[in-house]
Amino acid sequence: MNYKTLIGLEIHSELLTNSKIFCSCTTSFVGDENTHCCPICLGLPGTLPVVNKKVVDFAIKAGLALNCEISQFSKMDRKNYFYPDLTKAYQISQYDLPICHDGYIKTEADQKIRIRRIHLEEDAGKSIHTNEGSSLLNYNRAGVPLIEIVSEPDMTSADEAYEFLEKLKAILQYIEVSDCKMEQGSLRCDVNINVKSEDGTFVSNIVELKNLNSFKAVAKAIEYEEKRHIHLLEKSENTVKETRRWDDAKNETIRMRSKEYAQDYRYFPEPDLGTIEIDYDWIEKIRETIPELPNDKKKRFIKEYNLPEKDIDVLMITKKMANFFEDVVKEFKDVNMVSNWIRIELYRRLKENNTEIDDIKFSIEDFSKFLELIKKGTINNNAGKKVFKEMYETGKTPEMIVKEKGLIQIEDEEQIRDIVKQVLKENPKSIEDFKNGKDRALGFLIGQVMKLSRGKANPQIVNTLIKEELI
Amino acid sequence: MEVYKLTAHEVRDKIKNKEISSKEVTESILIHIEKTDPHIGAYVSIRDEIALKRAKKVDKDIADGKEISDLGGIPMAVKDNICTAGMATTCSSKMLQNFIPPYNATVINKIYEKDSILIGKTNMDEFAMGSSTENSAFKITKNPWDTKRVPGGSSGGSAAAVASGEAFFALGSDTGGSIRQPASFCGLVGLKPTYGLVSRYGLIAYASSLDQIGPITKDVEDCALVMNAIAGYDSMDSTSANYKKVDYKKSLVKDVKGLKIGIAKEYFEEGIDYDVKKQVLASIEIFKSLGAEVEEVSLPHTKYALSAYYIIASCECSSNFARFDGIRYGFRAQGYENIKDLFIKNRTEGFGDEVKRRIMLGTYALSAGYYDQYYHKALKIRTLIKRDFDRAFEKFDLLITPTAPTTAFKIGEKTKDTLHMHMSDICTVPVNIAGVPAMSIPCGFKDGLPIGMQIIGNYFDESTILRAAYTFEKNTNYHKERPNRR
Repeated sequence: MNYKTLIGLEIHSELLTNSKIFCSCTTSFVGDENTHCCPICLGLPGTLPVVNKKVVDFAIKAGLALNCEISQFSKMDRKNYFYPDLTKAYQISQYDLPICHDGYIKTEADQKIRIRRIHLEEDAGKSIHTNEGSSLLNYNRAGVPLIEIVSEPDMTSADEAYEFLEKLKAILQYIEVSDCKMEQGSLRCDVNINVKSEDGTFVSNIVELKNLNSFKAVAKAIEYEEKRHIHLLEKSENTVKETRRWDDAKNETIRMRSKEYAQDYRYFPEPDLGTIEIDYDWIEKIRETIPELPNDKKKRFIKEYNLPEKDIDVLMITKKMANFFEDVVKEFKDVNMVSNWIRIELYRRLKENNTEIDDIKFSIEDFSKFLELIKKGTINNNAGKKVFKEMYETGKTPEMIVKEKGLIQIEDEEQIRDIVKQVLKENPKSIEDFKNGKDRALGFLIGQVMKLSRGKANPQIVNTLIKEELI
Repeated sequence: MEVYKLTAHEVRDKIKNKEISSKEVTESILIHIEKTDPHIGAYVSIRDEIALKRAKKVDKDIADGKEISDLGGIPMAVKDNICTAGMATTCSSKMLQNFIPPYNATVINKIYEKDSILIGKTNMDEFAMGSSTENSAFKITKNPWDTKRVPGGSSGGSAAAVASGEAFFALGSDTGGSIRQPASFCGLVGLKPTYGLVSRYGLIAYASSLDQIGPITKDVEDCALVMNAIAGYDSMDSTSANYKKVDYKKSLVKDVKGLKIGIAKEYFEEGIDYDVKKQVLASIEIFKSLGAEVEEVSLPHTKYALSAYYIIASCECSSNFARFDGIRYGFRAQGYENIKDLFIKNRTEGFGDEVKRRIMLGTYALSAGYYDQYYHKALKIRTLIKRDFDRAFEKFDLLITPTAPTTAFKIGEKTKDTLHMHMSDICTVPVNIAGVPAMSIPCGFKDGLPIGMQIIGNYFDESTILRAAYTFEKNTNYHKERPNRR
């Protein structure tokens, strides 16, 4: 029998406001334990929350970018539960009137994955369990603003869920409301999954998956669960309504707790806060701040630059990368060259060093000049890689590097011919191989010439001259 | 001269005229406390050294010719659920016995700005839950008019301190009558301001949507002075109202001509002591004789107020008190097996019975499947009660009722009977539910015990309440009586 998988996602994303949701403490991720706290985010008795307006701005922005309706009237509620990292023993969240609702993200296949709601809430602190058996508490994250994005169960495969997450992340980063770093916990994702036979007669119970530390883990956990659900249904059994955690090392999901008896959070309206009323002008003011979103940018890049789609995906992996690309293209018109150098050399190094494009040491002008040097033939591609490495590491101008390292390309035919002759003299065996039809010999000889010229000979000229001499 | 018998404004005049220094006043009050408080038990903590230091500073300011405020240099007391930086704030609970907040409540900062001298923190029913100050984890406060009787509650310590002359004025908090009922039992003026007029920042919440801080004073003029000091918008409290600043001294006008006063008839029905009723109605006659227009009015949903109150307040407190888990501060039990066990032990041993009773009631009422039946229904009643008041204030400027059904009852008389204890809030609770302001002023005596009259005003119209109360005071002598401890 064929089965259809139903996947819904719940994504928590920390907002990039400077201060926390109900007090003026910093949201910075760096800092010693329990230094980003005050009586308010520690929930000391008598203190009261006051909503940070920027947080509401950010939530509206996320809602608009995700095609949501913005609620003109919403409120905060208390979600009550005891846990040592929750300072007030309730989380201020939103229950029945979320700030945004009814949005969607479109996939590449033009499918709408619907978003049921986006609501505002505060993050909790962190418990750290030591090897000695004691528990330590760090409240730096307590009160950091979060949005929780809840999708409809519209995804039918791990790939689709993965794509949804990639697109969601790109949008949230593009509009600069979240940095979406799963490793720092600024993006967290839970999955709700079940399967249904095609004729609808067999349906597995919904299982919630937690502890998913990367998008890959999300995809793997979905695939694992899909199989487990189908397997059980085929044995005429069923899944248990429960929460399971993904074990990345074992590549399997493990039962955490039953959901048969749902925890009762005793939600009720937060009496310490008024309602959140958002008028048309407020929404429009936020709408104006939304930049070109990834889907639109991609369409435009395809039209404007005529590059392969997969290259464009790399060029616009972040908004800043896309801006960098477009700024360089303004100065240096060879789009293919710009694309190649950014994708291959620059992107690789950024990834290797785990840095952002803001942190690069050279300017757009220098990068354009650098490309110009290659284009004009002042340096060849090989030398170019050396120059780029130096630019990337030191921020020196390309001209200076070329001068210092003496990397100017040798264009003089006579000078190159001398080197070619010397190489041929030293490698009679290769000449023989070449004449016997072994093409690899030619490559070897070119390599030897380049080596002798310390990489500076114009490779095209070397190629022509060797062929001339050999024939 | 027995300084402690004076009102705050009388002492202010003497300090300003240099008849007496703030230091002398403060010293005499500290001595009076030492003599009196062992019999009354108004205070849970006294801060004599800092108080004297502050008093000396005021004296120096006066010597330097600086203008001092209306409350400058005057010793006062604060209920122990209002946070004072560096000074224990216990809510008269074992749970917070050693809790020293690192911040001041907004009202404390405002009182300090006026150079009032904070003498100490006063006893209360644990976490403001009670009507007699018998629920304190530390001690029972006694009524200065009769020490066999309760001072009322939950701000019983504050009221007893003012009535016995151990402070010239005090701050209390009122969630369902906790300022007005003890003011009534102790023959004082107590005002619960409009919800949102005084900042709640730093008031350890019992029921967030009902709590208000207000003054307990010896007369109406003092009440106006304290209101001038503590009222006003606070950006730290989202429920604080951005209402225009009013000078309440200007409301101290001896004139009620043309004022429309409603006799809220539901407040004079079953359960109200005959003499209390008689005395309040007689007081209304005084208003009438002074030119006020008096008529009966009905607030038909009053009978549901107490039930709605206990649902709303219990629900909110069950959540507000959840933070007292003994993990970061507060009472920590010895010996536990795991985190859940620790939570349970801390809370079981740290809270008193009445607190636990209300937490359980609220937790139950908010539970899935019961929310609509209880909390949501209580909110609907709340809307109806608000409408009753809105309708009444379309026609009337003020409403008058008794403050409490009886005069002060005997210690231990109602502790076994929770329902009867709760009944003592029957006249005051609707006011908190609606959020309107109301004052209790002394209007007579029964067997030597004070009777209180409640004057209810429209939202943010404390001025008219003060005006009527001031006029009444100027035409009667009840407020001049002082207890001779029995």
